[in-house]
Amino acid sequence: MDAPTPAGPVARPGEPAPWCGQCGEDLTEADHARCVRAAPLEPPRYCAHCRRRMVVQVIPGTWTATCSRHGSVEQPTWG
Amino acid sequence: MTAQATGTDILDVAREQVLERGVPLTHEQVVAVLRTDDDRLEDLLALAHEVRMRYQGPDVEVEGIVSLKTGGCPEDCHFCSQSGQFTSPVRSVWLNIPQLVRAAEQTAATGASEFCIVAAVRGPDERLMAQMREGVAAIKAAVDIEVAASLGMLTQEQVDDLADMGVHRYNHNLEAGRSYFPQVVTTHSFDERLDTCRMVKESGMELCCGGLVGMGETIEQRAELAVQLAELEPHEVPLNFLNPRPGTPFGDLEPMGSSDALRTIAAFRLALPRTILRYAGGRELTLGDLGTRDGLLGGINAVIVGNYLTTLGRDPKEDLALLDELQMPIKALNETL
Repeated sequence: MDAPTPAGPVARPGEPAPWCGQCGEDLTEADHARCVRAAPLEPPRYCAHCRRRMVVQVIPGTWTATCSRHGSVEQPTWG
Repeated sequence: MTAQATGTDILDVAREQVLERGVPLTHEQVVAVLRTDDDRLEDLLALAHEVRMRYQGPDVEVEGIVSLKTGGCPEDCHFCSQSGQFTSPVRSVWLNIPQLVRAAEQTAATGASEFCIVAAVRGPDERLMAQMREGVAAIKAAVDIEVAASLGMLTQEQVDDLADMGVHRYNHNLEAGRSYFPQVVTTHSFDERLDTCRMVKESGMELCCGGLVGMGETIEQRAELAVQLAELEPHEVPLNFLNPRPGTPFGDLEPMGSSDALRTIAAFRLALPRTILRYAGGRELTLGDLGTRDGLLGGINAVIVGNYLTTLGRDPKEDLALLDELQMPIKALNETL
């Protein structure tokens, strides 16, 4: 199984996703260990493709993150 | 005279006073409990559990929460990622009515009896009250669950309106003890919070009123919160452990250690023997799985399941399996009516 990435599931396959969904910094530059640890309890706040702050809505079993440019993704919190 | 001054062990005092006579601990006594050593922690939790079982029974009240209006709050609560005054990444957004009903359905599916609608505001305006009116009616038509609300400071008219809508419980936390409150919030006062709490109680709605620990307060100030909550006699106390949020003034604080968190749970139970004591935010970070179990065996008798307002929670199945294992039945909906 692949290690979790802080970009999170918002990143769309096949498109460059250089930004961390948790902290919004460049994935290749900063240390994102804390972001990886936080990811199970934090929805992503930044779009992995363009670094825009996303509109995030959390309800008891799901969360939705919307980038004004790259669209919306809804995820169940648990499998 | 203090327990320490008389050489009396605080746990012996608490056993006789709280467990046997049902008399809550005083401020001085709560301080003594919060100062007990780690090697007494197991005994302390066992005593708090006995108190919970005697005065509250084995049932656990399960609740889900949702943010109706997220972010953009004008207040400056230093722990909160939803304040518009900080550089938090949380953006402002409203939930619509179908989403609100869906959130209530997700909560009810866990077996929860309570669903609390929360808004990040100083107090509700007419738009928010209209959204509540429509939302509460839609939930009551579709989902078998009690509806609670947390919308900041209220006027008497708003208290009456919420009661008329069928909101049975209102949350308004003290957040911190009076002496530490100005270090936590500067845009409103502790007394303004008390005013809303008192109006809610007088209306006949149940008052849910708690706070946060681990915000840099002293032991004395933490005990002050417990005792000031007890003076209010709320129906429920939600106990939050600070989850330091990026961009907030408390964002760089270290999360509270698990032993301190468990001691705090037990101390709050001994200060509030007859009150529902709920695990609220921060338990995943502060206590993890093992600590969650220890807290349920150390005074906690209510949980928030699922996600929080802006952060994610444990899988409700894990919490429910733990309650089953501990033989703590979920409080049925009809027991809250």
